[in-house]
Amino acid sequence: MPGTSAICNLRRLSGGATQETWFFEALYGDRATPLILRRAPRAFQGEERQAIGLANEALLIGLAHDAGVPVPKIEYVLQPSDDMGEGFIAQFIDGETLGGKIARDPKFAEARKTLAHACGETAARIHTIPTQRLTMLKRWPPRVRFDELFRRYKTDGVPRPVFSLAFEWLRERIPPEPECLRLVHGDFRNGNLIVGPDGLRAVLDWELARIGDPIEDLGWMCVGSWRFGEIDKPAGGFGTREDLLAGYAAGGGAAPSREHLAYWEVFGSLNWGLMCSGMAPVFSSGLDPSIERAMIARRASETEIDLLNYILARS
Amino acid sequence: MQDKPPPDEILAAIARLMREELLPQMSGRSAFMLRVAANAVDLVQRQIALAAASDEEERARLITLLHHDGDLAQLNAELCAAIENGEIRTETPGLAEHLWTTTRAKLAVDQPNYAAYRRLANPPKE
Repeated sequence: MPGTSAICNLRRLSGGATQETWFFEALYGDRATPLILRRAPRAFQGEERQAIGLANEALLIGLAHDAGVPVPKIEYVLQPSDDMGEGFIAQFIDGETLGGKIARDPKFAEARKTLAHACGETAARIHTIPTQRLTMLKRWPPRVRFDELFRRYKTDGVPRPVFSLAFEWLRERIPPEPECLRLVHGDFRNGNLIVGPDGLRAVLDWELARIGDPIEDLGWMCVGSWRFGEIDKPAGGFGTREDLLAGYAAGGGAAPSREHLAYWEVFGSLNWGLMCSGMAPVFSSGLDPSIERAMIARRASETEIDLLNYILARS
Repeated sequence: MQDKPPPDEILAAIARLMREELLPQMSGRSAFMLRVAANAVDLVQRQIALAAASDEEERARLITLLHHDGDLAQLNAELCAAIENGEIRTETPGLAEHLWTTTRAKLAVDQPNYAAYRRLANPPKE
């Protein structure tokens, strides 16, 4: 980066085998600027087949910024000559990312009052970003998205009666193709937000972005797995569906019907369930032998209970 | 016959060592990974304690639903196929109870602290 004389305080914040997040400070003269490096080491590129790659992610974050979405400003995109794999350097935004803290810590009690509304409004802004030039993103009309998820279930190879029943439930309810497909963040949930005591500061992790039915983002936000124990606050464990949708309308989004949102909530639980169960072979094959990976695989059952609450609710 | 102490007691001792002695010495990512590992040891303990009985009960229910004998994996595959081709539906007697009970048994091993699971055991008072 031009003008930088040195870096200091480099430390790894998080990340598994496929992606790393680093914090560091860049020195410009006697001024230190806190920054974040997100990078995918070369060896693991392409493992997560749905991901768009960090260079594309950086581009989307730039567009989101222009659309008024709170995001960290991109400072630099890694070039092949850097020999560091794919990635980018972005502005460091102070705040909390841990979903459990955002949902339960008293420090965020005030922020929680308006957070669902802010998330709805932000989602609406994301969905206004023009898609014509986003040719690198896959297009997923609802029907194609359903077929793809079902195909993943079938190749996964482990039959799970609850998943089979959830697929039949969804199959009868696939939303009609929207008039125009929108940019979908693809991983818009508590855990991918930076939140301060004052509220929403940034939306992170754009690597699963695609073109599709925008309501998928709202449904994903309400999936049980992202409520961090606060199961009566469907929106991320911090708010109501009503607040989320009111924010969405305030941001210019077309409010979905209850059934439309429920479809994407069920779809989201099932999607996360398949992502979890898909980690079992990744662990067992040795591709990622970490205990973390094994334990995420064992989270598939949490989605079964959430799915049953939608499709076989007890009276 | 293997000698004592039994696996569950040894695993409990490992989890204790990890939490009480090692964890206080760790920080950051190492502490996180150690906590995950201790949770994994607990999960294995619960599976050793619970899975044999719950698997047998699951198999018995599947035999009733499908009207024939088989091993657990095979019967589950068959139930999935029956659901997908419409032979067994949401309203089929016994299906809902079977799925709820089976899923509960999984959560009892995987995540007994998952809020939706805890609520099944202790529904909120009206």
